[in-house]
Amino acid sequence: MNIVVCLKQVPDTETRIRIKDDAGKGIVRENVKFIISPFDEFALEEALRLKEKLGGQVIALSLGPDRAKDALRTALAVGADKAVHVNDGGLAGTDSLGVARTLAAAIRKLDHDVVLFGKKGVGLDRGQVPAQVAQILGLPFAGQATEITVSDDGKSATVDREIEGGRERFEVPLPAVISREKSANELRHAALKGIMAAKSKPIQAFTLADLGLDAAALQPKVLVSKMEYPTERTAGRVLQGDAATAARELVRLLHEEAKVI
Amino acid sequence: MMTLSETAVAGPSFELTEEQRMLQDMVRDFATSTLAPRAAAYDRSCEFPHDNVKEMAELGLLGVTVPDTYGGAGMDTLAYTIVIEEIAKACASTAVIAAVQNSLVNFPLMKFGTEEQKKKYLPKLASGELIGAYSLTEPGSGSDAVAMQTRVRKEGNKYILNGTKVFVTNATGAELFIVYATLDPELKSKGVCAFIIEKNYPGFSVGRHEEMMGVRASGTSELILDNCEVPLENLLGTEGEGFKIALATLDVGRLGIAAQAIGIAQACLDYSLGYAQERKQFGKAIATFQLIQNKLVEMAVNIDAARMLLWRAAWLRERGQNFTKEASMAKLFASETAMKAGIEAVQVLGGYGYTKDYPVERYFRDAKITQIYEGTAEVQKIVIARHLTNPA
Repeated sequence: MNIVVCLKQVPDTETRIRIKDDAGKGIVRENVKFIISPFDEFALEEALRLKEKLGGQVIALSLGPDRAKDALRTALAVGADKAVHVNDGGLAGTDSLGVARTLAAAIRKLDHDVVLFGKKGVGLDRGQVPAQVAQILGLPFAGQATEITVSDDGKSATVDREIEGGRERFEVPLPAVISREKSANELRHAALKGIMAAKSKPIQAFTLADLGLDAAALQPKVLVSKMEYPTERTAGRVLQGDAATAARELVRLLHEEAKVI
Repeated sequence: MMTLSETAVAGPSFELTEEQRMLQDMVRDFATSTLAPRAAAYDRSCEFPHDNVKEMAELGLLGVTVPDTYGGAGMDTLAYTIVIEEIAKACASTAVIAAVQNSLVNFPLMKFGTEEQKKKYLPKLASGELIGAYSLTEPGSGSDAVAMQTRVRKEGNKYILNGTKVFVTNATGAELFIVYATLDPELKSKGVCAFIIEKNYPGFSVGRHEEMMGVRASGTSELILDNCEVPLENLLGTEGEGFKIALATLDVGRLGIAAQAIGIAQACLDYSLGYAQERKQFGKAIATFQLIQNKLVEMAVNIDAARMLLWRAAWLRERGQNFTKEASMAKLFASETAMKAGIEAVQVLGGYGYTKDYPVERYFRDAKITQIYEGTAEVQKIVIARHLTNPA
C-alpha cells in the first residue's frame, strides 16, 4: 500500500495574525512560526497507521517555500519513508486550483494507492484542494473521513464520514483521494531515533519545470480582494437591581434590543 | 533566510542544528501536552511518575547520548541539555529523573564500563526497561564525599558492601544503582570504588522515602546495604578508581542540573509574564509598571546568560576539551537564576502566587534544590576558584 500524504504548512494556531498594511490582501509572515496544518497531522497519523497494518510506504508531499522542508523532516521523523518537496518561486500567489494542479502533477510521478489530505488547511479553511486533486487525477474522492478501512485485497476502501444525525459510509475503488476529519489519534511525537533517522531519508525536490508545468498557467483565477479582522466583541452589560427586576429588564432587552425573543 | 552558519562569521554559532530544533519542538510539545498537566498532582502525592518515565522512554529521552550501537539516540551534549530544559519547564521532578538516567547512570557506564557491562545494561537503560539511580551521598558525607563510611570488602567471588546512602534520586523507581563504597576510609580518595548494583542483589534495599520541599516526585530515598553481595564483574572501573569516576560523572551531571534550573527559571518567566499582561491594578496591566518590568527583565537576562554558559560548557565537552570549570559556572549561575526567578515569579503573582492554585510556588520550591544537589553552590565556587588560582 503506497500512501501519499499531502502536508500544508500554516501559521501556528496560537499566532496572533496580523494583516499586511499595504492592501490588506495577505498576512504578515515574518516571525510567524509555521506548523503542519492540524488536519494534515491527522492525515499523516492515519497514513502511518495504514502502513503499519498493510505494509508499503508513506510518502510525504508538500508544496511551499524552503521552510516547508521542516514539515517534511517532521513527517520523516515520525515514520514517513520519503518526502517530496515542490518548491518553485512561480507558485507564489497561486490559488487553490494552481496548488491542486501542481500537487496532481507531482502525485502522478509517485506510486499511490491512497492520497490523503487533512479536510482543510487550518487558517484559510477553504478545503478545496483535495477534491480538485481528485478531479484532475480522475480519481474517486471521499471527504471528511472519520474512519478508513482498506479491503484485504487492497483494491478498495471503506470510508466513514459523519453527517447530521448519523454516519455515511462510502466504498471507493483504489487509488482514491481521501480527506481526513480530525481524529482521536493525534500525530505521534517523533522519537529521538526517528529524528536521527530523518537525516538520512531522502527529500526529493521538484520545480514546476520538473513537473512539466508553467507558472503562467498557474496564475490565480480567484483573487483575494481584502482581509479584515473580526469585529471586536463589545463588553457585556450587567443588569442592576434584584432578581425579579433584572429578569424583567433582561426579557425586555432580549425582546426590544436584541430582538431574539 | 540566511543562517548564521552561512554568513561565515568567525566564532561561536548560537543556532541549533536541524535535529536539535526538531528535538526541542518535540520535547516542548510532549512536555506541555503530557507532563505539565500531571505536575501539580505528582508534586502533591510525591509518587514516582511511572507513566511519565514510560512515555519518555518510548521517545528515547532516557538514552539521548547513548550511541546507537547500544540502543540509544546517539545525540550530542547540547541535545541532552535541551531535553532536560524542556522537561523541567513542565515538571522539575521528571526532569531530574531523566537527568540522573542520562548523565549519572548512562554516562559512567559509557565512559568507564567494560564491553560486557555496556552490552548488558546500556540498551536496557536507553530503552527505559531499566531505570537507574546514582548514590554517592551519605548521612555524614555530602560535599566531603571522600569521608564516606560505606565499606566494601572482597570475599571469594563477590564484593560485600555495608552502609547507608541518602538522598538517592530515582531510588523508589530504579532497578539499577551506581553505588560508591570505600575499601578503607584511611585511603581517602584512593579507596573509593564504584559498583553497578541490581535491585534484587541480596542485602540491598531501598529505605525511607524523603518527603522534600521540591522535586517531590523524584523518588528520593535512602539505600541500605546490609552485607549486599555484588558480583566481581559489577565493579565499575578499577578498585580505587571510584572517586575519579564520581568527579567525571558529576561534571556531566552538572550540565543536566544547569539545564533543569534554566527550565524552572524559564517556566517562572513565562508564567509571570503572561500573568502580568492579564492582571490589572490601578486600571492597567501590571506588566506596564516599571517595577514589575524590572523583575521580568532581570529574569530574562539571567536566563539567557545561564543558557549561554551552559551551551558553551556543552560545546567544550563535544570538542573533547576540559569543561569542569565551565560546567560549574553554568550550574552555579543557572541555579541562582532559578532561585531568584522563583522568588520574583511568586512576587509578581502576589497573594495568588503564594497559593497552590498557581504553579509558581512549585517552581519556587523546585528551584531551591538546584543550588544544593550535584555539588552545592559553595562547592561550585570551590571548583571555580581552584581553576582560577591553579590554571591548568
